[in-house]
Amino acid sequence: MTTDLLSATCPIPLNDYPTVLMAHGGGGRLMNQLIERIFATAFGLPDQRERHDSAVIDIVGLGIERLAFTTDSFVVKPLFFPGGDIGSLAVNGTVNDLAMAGATPLSLSTGFILEEGLPIETLWRIALSMRSAADAAGVKIVTGDTKVVDRGKGDGVYINTAGVGVIDHDLVIGPQSVRPGDAVLLSGDVGRHGMAIMAQREGLEFESTIHSDCAPLVGAVRNLIDTGVDVHCMRDLTRGGLASGLVEIASSAGVVVRIDERAVPVDDQVSAACEILGLDPLYVANEGCFVAFVPQAQAHYALSVMRRDPAAAHAVQIGSVDSVGDGVVLLKSAIGAERIMDLLSGEQLPRIC
Amino acid sequence: MKYMDEYRDPQAAHQFSEAIKKIVTRPWNIMEVCGGQTHAIVKFGIDTLLPPEIDLIHGPGCPVCVTPVQIIDQATEVASRPNVIFCSFGDMLRVPGTKTDLLSVKAGGGDVRIVYSPLDAVRIARDNPDKEVIFFAVGFETTAPANAMAVHQAHRTGVENFSILVSHVLVPPAMEAILSSPISRINGFLAAGHVCTVMGYTEYEPIAKKYNVPIVVTGFEPLDILHGIYLCVKQLEEGRADVENQYVRAVKRDGNNHAQDIITDVFEVQNRSWRGVGEIPQSGLGLRPKYRRYDAALKFELTSITADEDGECISGLVMQGVKKPHECPAFGTRCTPEKPLGAPMVSNEGACSAYYRYRRHTAPLPMASTTS
Repeated sequence: MTTDLLSATCPIPLNDYPTVLMAHGGGGRLMNQLIERIFATAFGLPDQRERHDSAVIDIVGLGIERLAFTTDSFVVKPLFFPGGDIGSLAVNGTVNDLAMAGATPLSLSTGFILEEGLPIETLWRIALSMRSAADAAGVKIVTGDTKVVDRGKGDGVYINTAGVGVIDHDLVIGPQSVRPGDAVLLSGDVGRHGMAIMAQREGLEFESTIHSDCAPLVGAVRNLIDTGVDVHCMRDLTRGGLASGLVEIASSAGVVVRIDERAVPVDDQVSAACEILGLDPLYVANEGCFVAFVPQAQAHYALSVMRRDPAAAHAVQIGSVDSVGDGVVLLKSAIGAERIMDLLSGEQLPRIC
Repeated sequence: MKYMDEYRDPQAAHQFSEAIKKIVTRPWNIMEVCGGQTHAIVKFGIDTLLPPEIDLIHGPGCPVCVTPVQIIDQATEVASRPNVIFCSFGDMLRVPGTKTDLLSVKAGGGDVRIVYSPLDAVRIARDNPDKEVIFFAVGFETTAPANAMAVHQAHRTGVENFSILVSHVLVPPAMEAILSSPISRINGFLAAGHVCTVMGYTEYEPIAKKYNVPIVVTGFEPLDILHGIYLCVKQLEEGRADVENQYVRAVKRDGNNHAQDIITDVFEVQNRSWRGVGEIPQSGLGLRPKYRRYDAALKFELTSITADEDGECISGLVMQGVKKPHECPAFGTRCTPEKPLGAPMVSNEGACSAYYRYRRHTAPLPMASTTS
């Protein structure tokens, strides 16, 4: 079904309306057409007769006591970039937030804010990408909303997704569980998403294209939990990158975390791009990368089970929790000296020289 | 990454550190001129590998830091005007003027754009003939050739809606100003490698002789800097005061002649004000008369905008090496990257920002209990 769908052309014929009109958000026939032909088709929604204002999720038989619930909005420019697009980002972003709480994603909602004039074909490609990402993460998109804003009032499309996930274990995953002696594991190389977007946005060309790491992390997390690893804390390393994720955890948990910069993998192209622009890859955004805090005794085993999932195939240990303290991250630099790792005040800005 | 990892090798760094310890016999104050070097020193913790005799002093070589507040005010004023597209390198956007900064101007509806090359601004001007496009031409000798090339290109191709707001400064006059100051305590310099890539290092030879200071042209990677310090200390200990080139893979004695030619064609040497330091004679660049119509300050009548610096900020003393950033009473309290009193707290290359990011916790670092 999915394979057929992904090769399908846009189900709204070009001779109808090739671009989004204000009327597509007006609640009338055109809006119905958009929902039926684009979203219901792409997301595999149930028959119209079974649909309501809300999706009803049956949890009988799942044997669970806890749910996780999260939401995220996506405003990326350009809409399509090497390694992903706003659709895959919107699904993986929310799926990964659920996964970080140790939850298995169950259902997603999606809200679209469309700019008048957006090609329907573009919307179709985004919807298909969302379906494909949802399938890969084993989650269903079950409800949604569409609004249209005047031309010039949006960047083509903004997407909000919210998600519910089930927690089928007793672990308490969060900064409060972090302990001295924990190993800090990183699922893969850092900085690819941010640099892929920046290269595309600014027309920077390198020897080969930098691809975003946009991917679902639910498989790697499941592997950890299902094999009995005592996961203490996890964080996906989106805005602010690895550095911000670690500083936030250290500060919430009240511990001193030590990281070895040389252990943190950075792709050569990403590293080169960062050097040219004067950026630090440790602060660049990722969309398929996370850190996990686990007891040092289980670190080796945890890495081996994480690596079974393609999104964490190159997982490594980058440091450990040293002691209870005033919430700092100490970085052993490339030449072996030690310094503080801090939050940035705002975005990293490219340097003059 | 090739050509980078080799210069960050921890064992080699340790060997340099030992070599410096072996030859040093008394205290020396060495100034690294360039903000890029300051950033690398603090980011990699290079200073922690040095013996206590060596005090590194962070020089005035951060273009963001030394751009006078008056020019920032001129920039924010003209960038707020309708029909203007104001283009700048990224790190100038957060620098505070007396009232506002360029990021706030952008948020208020001004068309402020980050570009990666001044030539991009010329292209934007060509694509928007009904707008006035202004490029913020700041920096040292390093950025001067590309900025000169932008003016040259606009002139050659008849792009009349392009102009530059110039605040170009030169390294050697600033070094002389520091050396001739009665409060100067500099024994030796690490000269800025990339400035020398363009200009070569012949102009430093009379300075070394006149003030009897060693000057070592130095690169930006950790091993470059350690090597530069080693060469400088060796000269000091041997009583020599020569100009030496550590950064041989990038710098020739005569520099880059083509780059120098384009600078000379477009710019002439002028007096310039430095933020926190004041006016230094013949220390900057301005457009030559034949290119004056590309001077945004004249074109938009900005020269009447003047401004005084914040009284509490001691950036001038920091940039002359008289005070360390954390010795400022406002450091980390009334002056932070979120609310900077002066430019050195804003830029990545600014000494105050580097100290704030990497050294804020003044208490001794907890000792390592295990290695991972």
